[in-house]
Amino acid sequence: MSHLDIELQQLKAETIKMWTLVNLQLNKGKESLLNLDKDLAREVILSERRVNAYELKLDRDCENIFALFNPVAVDLRFVLAVLKINNNLERTGDIAEGIAKFVINVDHNFDKQLLELTRAVEMYEAAINMMNETLQAFDQENTAIARKVFQQDELLDDINIKANAVIADYIRNHPECIESALYLLSIIRKLERVGDQAKNVAEEIIFYIEAKVLKHRSIVEKNKK
Amino acid sequence: MNKLEARNVNVFYGPNQVIKDVSISIKKNTVTAFIGPSGCGKSTFLRLFNRMNDYIDIFKMEGRIEIDGSDIYDKQIRVEELRKQIGMVFQKPNPFPKTIYENVIYGLRIQGIKDKKILDEVVEKSLKQAALWEEVKDKLKNSALALSGGQQQRLCIARTLAVAPTVILMDEPASALDPISSAKVEELIYELKSQYTIVIVTHNMQQAGRVSDTTAFFYMGELVEHDSTKMIFTNPKNERTQNYITGRFG
Repeated sequence: MSHLDIELQQLKAETIKMWTLVNLQLNKGKESLLNLDKDLAREVILSERRVNAYELKLDRDCENIFALFNPVAVDLRFVLAVLKINNNLERTGDIAEGIAKFVINVDHNFDKQLLELTRAVEMYEAAINMMNETLQAFDQENTAIARKVFQQDELLDDINIKANAVIADYIRNHPECIESALYLLSIIRKLERVGDQAKNVAEEIIFYIEAKVLKHRSIVEKNKK
Repeated sequence: MNKLEARNVNVFYGPNQVIKDVSISIKKNTVTAFIGPSGCGKSTFLRLFNRMNDYIDIFKMEGRIEIDGSDIYDKQIRVEELRKQIGMVFQKPNPFPKTIYENVIYGLRIQGIKDKKILDEVVEKSLKQAALWEEVKDKLKNSALALSGGQQQRLCIARTLAVAPTVILMDEPASALDPISSAKVEELIYELKSQYTIVIVTHNMQQAGRVSDTTAFFYMGELVEHDSTKMIFTNPKNERTQNYITGRFG
């Protein structure tokens, strides 16, 4: 194995570690939301520092590989992809932290009926699933798995669009729950952003493996092999 | 019309086939880099364009090589005339043991040009084009051998330019030079492109990336891939090209 191969393998391993941590943040965020577990929410916030440290390390590792190894072709695309995925992961970590802060701030449990009506839990699970699948796609260098993410993002967008009307209606009928309803709307907005990050990551994976640029393309074009 | 064209070229050294059915088109005023591992045939192929291989007894060629649409292996072609049109720069600077001035005008002297005014003009113009004038203008009568390696190589380029070629072949022109001299030669190649068609053999991948418009990858006598340099270095189509440029060959 060449020196560059070893460096690239280490870069991949570090990226997977960061990814796993971010996915864990999302999972804990969901649990804390469902059980209004404020301690768990605090854990999510604390782990954000580690995510930030990973971000700086991956940036530095990529910079070193560019400077010292002058990667080309698939190696170049890989390092470029990691550089961008790194950014997407850090933002996803920020989103998980944001959700955890809402959980800490809210006074009482989110109404189960509202969670059901808005499909917030379904949305949360779909977002987590998207991040898990992109991680799997990255680890296995499998673009077919990466492409599945685009379809799932449509579901998140759909739930997000419909949430406004559902929550407005709920607030009219339950004025005493305005605060928690608004927090939930903010959480839904954030989950929609997780979907966008996962989609960006999937695009980067396909870029590095297939050398295809899928940004700003329709979903039909994206799913073409 | 392409400046240089090779069609179905095969080259043999005795029983060994060293170039296998290579066809390539090279546009005017572009820089083309030939890359590939040692022994892949890239230098042999480069030398076909000024018939340098003719000196090798066991050399035999099939196919057609054209410059501006004319077959350069046609019996009517005078090799001396051909080489006025196609200059060559080698890996190791090879100035003659003469003055800087005499080195530059060597080709013109052979052509019988004696007019001092013309010769002076050519010396200044060629040395300026080779980005060497400022460094040597006050010592044109000094021996060329007193120059540094990088200066000697630029002098050799000036000597090539003096006979007003349209094509310049370069066989690893910067591989024996330090990074600064190497960068100067690369800058020079970039500047000369507007007036000349340049083909360069290089082992330095980054150099190929920096100086050339198109890159051709040779392997075991075959032309594996020829594409824009950007494409070769970001998304090569052939797996062998990718393995070579990423250093995973073999």
